[in-house]
Amino acid sequence: MNDVLKTLGDWLLYAALFLAAAAAMLLGKADTVIVERLRAHTAAIVAPVLDTLSRPFDTAADGADRLHDFFALADQNAQLRHEREQLVQWQAVAERLAEENAVLRRLLNVVPEPGARYLAARVIADTGGVFARSLILNAGTAGGVQPGHIVVSSEGLVGRIAGAATGVSRVVLVTDLNSRVPVTVGNTRVRAILAGNNTDRPALIHLDTDAAAAVGDRVVTSGVTGAFPPGLPVGVVVAADDHHIAVAPFFESSRLEFVRVIDHGMRVPSAAMMTAVPPLPALPAAVPAAPAEAAEPAPAAAPATESAAGQ
Amino acid sequence: MKPVPLARIDVAVRQTVPVAMTLALAVLGAVPFRVPALAAIAPALPLVAVCYWTLHRPDLMPAAAAFAIGLLIDLLSGAPLGVNAGALVLVHLLISTQQRFFASRSFAIVWLAVSVVIGLALALAWMLACLYHATVIDPTALVFEALFTAGCLPPLWWLMRQCQFLVPDRT
Repeated sequence: MNDVLKTLGDWLLYAALFLAAAAAMLLGKADTVIVERLRAHTAAIVAPVLDTLSRPFDTAADGADRLHDFFALADQNAQLRHEREQLVQWQAVAERLAEENAVLRRLLNVVPEPGARYLAARVIADTGGVFARSLILNAGTAGGVQPGHIVVSSEGLVGRIAGAATGVSRVVLVTDLNSRVPVTVGNTRVRAILAGNNTDRPALIHLDTDAAAAVGDRVVTSGVTGAFPPGLPVGVVVAADDHHIAVAPFFESSRLEFVRVIDHGMRVPSAAMMTAVPPLPALPAAVPAAPAEAAEPAPAAAPATESAAGQ
Repeated sequence: MKPVPLARIDVAVRQTVPVAMTLALAVLGAVPFRVPALAAIAPALPLVAVCYWTLHRPDLMPAAAAFAIGLLIDLLSGAPLGVNAGALVLVHLLISTQQRFFASRSFAIVWLAVSVVIGLALALAWMLACLYHATVIDPTALVFEALFTAGCLPPLWWLMRQCQFLVPDRT
């Protein structure tokens, strides 16, 4: 009799635990804020261990890189000389364009981008896998890191801060299934959304219907919705057919040791952005007063509103 | 108050070895090893540990502990909450109900059977994650993860057998 009761009790326990797992999934779906906070606090508890354990691997990886560099010295030197020659030419072009850009911005009264704050952080955990792609950083709320801040490496966009606690924060990579980044593709600046899929090759979705992306096109953030600052390099198109466009991000998560957290000061959700836009169309209304005295400003004002609406 | 004898504290601490070891493997899974592509197919070592201890010391690896360790993995890895917890509870259920099958089998058979159990658990986790996201997640990396885990099983099994002397005998 006791055995039967014990077996029954065991089965009830398993049923209760499976129900609890299902309840946890529902909670994760229903209240992401609480779950993110829970994740950040759990990471904060384990952070000292992760911080210590990750250091030897960082040192080993640095050593391996140095060894590789030592043997590839001559080749790298030749390549760098070649690149330098090209970059000197590009520098001249860039300086000329920067001056021209500054003059045109003044001319058109372009609203300046809000100033950004930067913070360097070390990657203490790489929790990539089939079910999620994320990193844990050793900088948190104490350093001013907040959910919504942008994370970049020297190569380009890495992801967004999903949750932060004291001394630790969690980054959702652009390759994560939950990640959606508004981007522009190639020189045509076609708009699309970069959607993560838990693989190393996120996909471009919601492309303008008649626009095609070609292999080799660069993908940069568009800045639409304000969640990401515009112009951050994201990746390059590596495969494109009628149904699927795959992008290879510029960063490689296993090589990330230090990243930069950017507070670009524009954590505006899309709905709030919409309400912020209306004052801009008011600009042409102010312009008609001007054509009476000068015909020239009017054509200049039109592209101004266009580009402002595009921001 | 009667003082607690040191021997009892010693036994109590050593009884936590199975759970502590599984927890350590769960945390180890998050350490950045700086090896390209490893993170995506890293072996699910906590699954193996839960298998071993459920088989050899079910009294020190209760189902609730397996659930809690799974929840910790979910929280740390960013996976949907409950996915790994469900997988570890399934592992516990399958192993503990098949105790009689595992008894007095050769290691090769145990290896094969535990690999099948781990495969089933990862498949459950994958299905739960697909349900959660309402999309089909590419399972390629998961197949490699399952094979990699099965490959890591013998050394880990050996390591835990060596650690079993730490665990006090059943009273």
